[in-house]
Amino acid sequence: MIRLLLPLAALVLLAVLPALVSEYGLGLLIGAATYVTLASAWALFSGQTHYVSLATVAFYGTGAYAVAVLNEALPYPAVLLCAALAGAAMALAVGLSTLRLSGVYFVIFSFGLAELVRQLITWYEVNVTGTLGRYIFLDVTARGIYWQMLALGAATIALSAWIGRGRLGMALRVIGDDEEVAAHSGINLARSKLAAFVLSAVILTLAGAITSPRYVYVEPSIVFNPTVSFLTVIMALLGGANRLWGPALGAVPLFLAFEWLSAHFPDTYPVLLGLLFIGVVFLVPQGILPAAEKLLRRRAEA
Amino acid sequence: MKGISRRALLRAGPVGMAAAMALAAGAQADDATVKIGYAVARTGPNATGAGITTIPNYELWVDTVNKAGGLAMPDGKRRMIEVVEYDNRSSNEDLVRAIERLVSQDKVDLILPPWGTGANLAIAPLMARFGYPQLAVTAVTDKAPDFAARWERSFWMLGGGHDYAAGLVDVLSQARDAGTINAKVAVVSVADGFGIDLISGARPAFEAAGFELAYDKSYPLGTSDFAAIMSEAQASGADSFVAFSYPPGSFGMTRTAQTMGYNPAVFYVSVGGAFPIYPGVADGREEGVMAIGGVDAGSPAIRDYFARHEAFAGKAPDSWASAVTYASLEMLEQAVARAGLEHGALAKELSEGTFETVVGEVKLEDNQLRDLWWVGQWQGGAFRAVGPSGREGASAPVIPKPDW
Amino acid sequence: MLTTTLILGLVLGGSYALLALGLTLQYGIARIMNLAYGEVALAAAFIAVALFQGLGIPPLVSLPGVAAAGYGAGWLLYQLMMRPLVARSGGGGRLETDSILATFGLLFLLQGVLLTAFGADFTSISYLDRGISILGVPVAANRLVAFGICVLAGGALVAALRFTRWGLSLRAVALAPGAAPLVGIDVNRVARQGFALGAALAATAGASISMYQTFSATGGVVFTMKALVIVIMGGVGNVPGALAAGFALGLIETFVATAIDPGLTLAATFALFLGVLLWRPQGLFGART
Repeated sequence: MIRLLLPLAALVLLAVLPALVSEYGLGLLIGAATYVTLASAWALFSGQTHYVSLATVAFYGTGAYAVAVLNEALPYPAVLLCAALAGAAMALAVGLSTLRLSGVYFVIFSFGLAELVRQLITWYEVNVTGTLGRYIFLDVTARGIYWQMLALGAATIALSAWIGRGRLGMALRVIGDDEEVAAHSGINLARSKLAAFVLSAVILTLAGAITSPRYVYVEPSIVFNPTVSFLTVIMALLGGANRLWGPALGAVPLFLAFEWLSAHFPDTYPVLLGLLFIGVVFLVPQGILPAAEKLLRRRAEA
Repeated sequence: MKGISRRALLRAGPVGMAAAMALAAGAQADDATVKIGYAVARTGPNATGAGITTIPNYELWVDTVNKAGGLAMPDGKRRMIEVVEYDNRSSNEDLVRAIERLVSQDKVDLILPPWGTGANLAIAPLMARFGYPQLAVTAVTDKAPDFAARWERSFWMLGGGHDYAAGLVDVLSQARDAGTINAKVAVVSVADGFGIDLISGARPAFEAAGFELAYDKSYPLGTSDFAAIMSEAQASGADSFVAFSYPPGSFGMTRTAQTMGYNPAVFYVSVGGAFPIYPGVADGREEGVMAIGGVDAGSPAIRDYFARHEAFAGKAPDSWASAVTYASLEMLEQAVARAGLEHGALAKELSEGTFETVVGEVKLEDNQLRDLWWVGQWQGGAFRAVGPSGREGASAPVIPKPDW
Repeated sequence: MLTTTLILGLVLGGSYALLALGLTLQYGIARIMNLAYGEVALAAAFIAVALFQGLGIPPLVSLPGVAAAGYGAGWLLYQLMMRPLVARSGGGGRLETDSILATFGLLFLLQGVLLTAFGADFTSISYLDRGISILGVPVAANRLVAFGICVLAGGALVAALRFTRWGLSLRAVALAPGAAPLVGIDVNRVARQGFALGAALAATAGASISMYQTFSATGGVVFTMKALVIVIMGGVGNVPGALAAGFALGLIETFVATAIDPGLTLAATFALFLGVLLWRPQGLFGART
């Protein structure tokens, strides 16, 4: 019971928080909620299966672009639905063709995918529609964006928890441990991987769609910013990608650290960011949560 | 808050000295500072543009004002400027948050805009909501009239793509009517918002003026090799080569044209053509190259501004948006002196007042600066404005361009 | 028309292939997916320009020195940063993920250093950019020089890998890092050499880029992407494959730009890249395993 009540209480607290903070505080909350959602959604597929995907921004950007294209034609909920469908369709097509790639080939493919989507959208806009920049004039307030993102983040974590207990979660874990074993134990590899990939992609797309009104102006080079993909991965890894709360636990401190660094050391910020990245890989390779668990277990044994 | 004091410290060096000078000059210095904030790209893809056009001008202006004893207020007192600066990392997400931070955390008095059309649009609704005037300079957009109407306190200072395209067509039409060039044009455009704005304005303008687009292609941002494109353009038989391009591309095309001995009568590139490093890129053979923008290179105000910029930043400013950026800051300074820091009154003054700036006397029309130079040309080592030809200070274009 | 496309494509392909040689070595032999590869090349380009503008040493003269410095930097980088990761992974798949993340950090680090040292401005020098006519097609001399360097370096590398004992051990490590110690090969040493040699080639490519291209401190990612595409197309660790893929890519881009639409050159590159990954992940020229 407490396992359910505690997160719910936290969620309520987070939902009323905007009333207490400044505009900037709200901006921080939105940023943190976005990265918690992205990292958790990323881990939903990649954390268990160890398929490191760098395609996060391909979906995130598609969501933003879908809103930019449709925001004047459809009511907002329908726009979100269309964005989700676009993300799902893209993930299905990509998933069906690529999930048999393994290891670094998948990593590189997912990275190339974001670039390809960006190039194709650019070419289409330039040659077919003849406009490249698009405008989003939606009456969504910063608070509205925050609440939507918070809901999406909470739903993502709840979904991860639910999947983790079910057959799909079991299948994904086995795949992550050893794909050969998984195949022999009668798990439908392709279907399990595809289901998790599509779910994760839909959430990433929705996250892009929800934040997009904050940009006002959307252009492929703005929304398909590859840094987003990498930040998502490093955040999830820092927290512990195969734990339920790991990605959230990695996203919040890293996000705040970036913000603090960029404000206090604007000139040397990239150098410090680079060092931070390298530090994470070297010092907490398994993530904070698993490392903490290990420490606790050792203390319990001693 | 530590970050701010650190940034302020960096700039505090000249402040004490200036304050002493100001006192000696008899002006009354006020203890309270004016906080001015900006979030510009120090890193990422926008860092280059911001580093050329935006940041040096902001720093030069703050330095100039503080050395003069500070920002003059309507009551005659002067207040020193304290800068709060953030890196927006070339990401609109970070930029929006930085603006929220400047407003609600640092409570700055004024906000200077970031570099780039997308960045200026991203902050426009926020600036409007918080009531800050926004002097958007490095935002070239045809929708400027709509935006000026949508956000009352936003000011758009660099025109739209159609203006530049029409200005170029005007210059070319005169040359064609004089029989110097044929009626064929080869056009290439970069596939992003800027290139598309320009080409979609240029196509109908060229056709209406009786030009034929013998070659008309777009290329993706990030293209580094132009040999294929340039040899196609050369083969098209056009006397005029027009590129709606960004810096690495503008430079690459120039050098490719030089090495392949492509000598069209008109060679036009867009952003980058008016940069101070362009003559270096062209290996000293920049004479006759046309590009977007331009300044009245002969005017004493511009000459003085170029000299001060070079002394302060160690490099000359670009001859397009830099002078306008600096002029926008002078407008702000004069508007503050007349109307004070209250945003409503300040915006009204910016919108209705007349200002004395490095680009001459400025008066906005519907919150937009319309009195601009659309086309310039390298002539005798300086980038001079040639169009609109009727405007005071315009040089006569040299067509055909001498061979490389 | 066809000759123009062919010649321009080959020359462009030469500069691409040169850029990719080092990455394919680093990835093939040391198993390090170096995302900071472009930044290494960029650093070399900045140094070559600084030597040219400050001391008047032309890039062609400073090139061997820059390459040697690249070797030293690569050696240090491997020893300090990659070696612990390699040791930790114990030969498993973790190294690939770890190295991607660690070198992504390195990317920012180097970019930050370049920004501080050289500023955000565009950098460009005029050096050997006279046009030289080849079968009636004017080609920039500096591009031809880069083409020549590519052919020389690539040829020497292919020969060394094929005909020397040192090359044999490099290939052995690339093929079977687990089994190489059994025949008395010091895997760590060979991997370090491979990585350092890769960095030296990156520096060579960077110094040649400084001769013909305008660049800025934030543009390294573009080089890495291009090199990555070529490495995957040619087959990881496959030097002749990378050479062939580089030339193929140059030809394809030039062909797409002249015959179809310049707007699609990059899309064509990525489509081709993804196609190769799906259809032959071992590369166009790799053996099927």
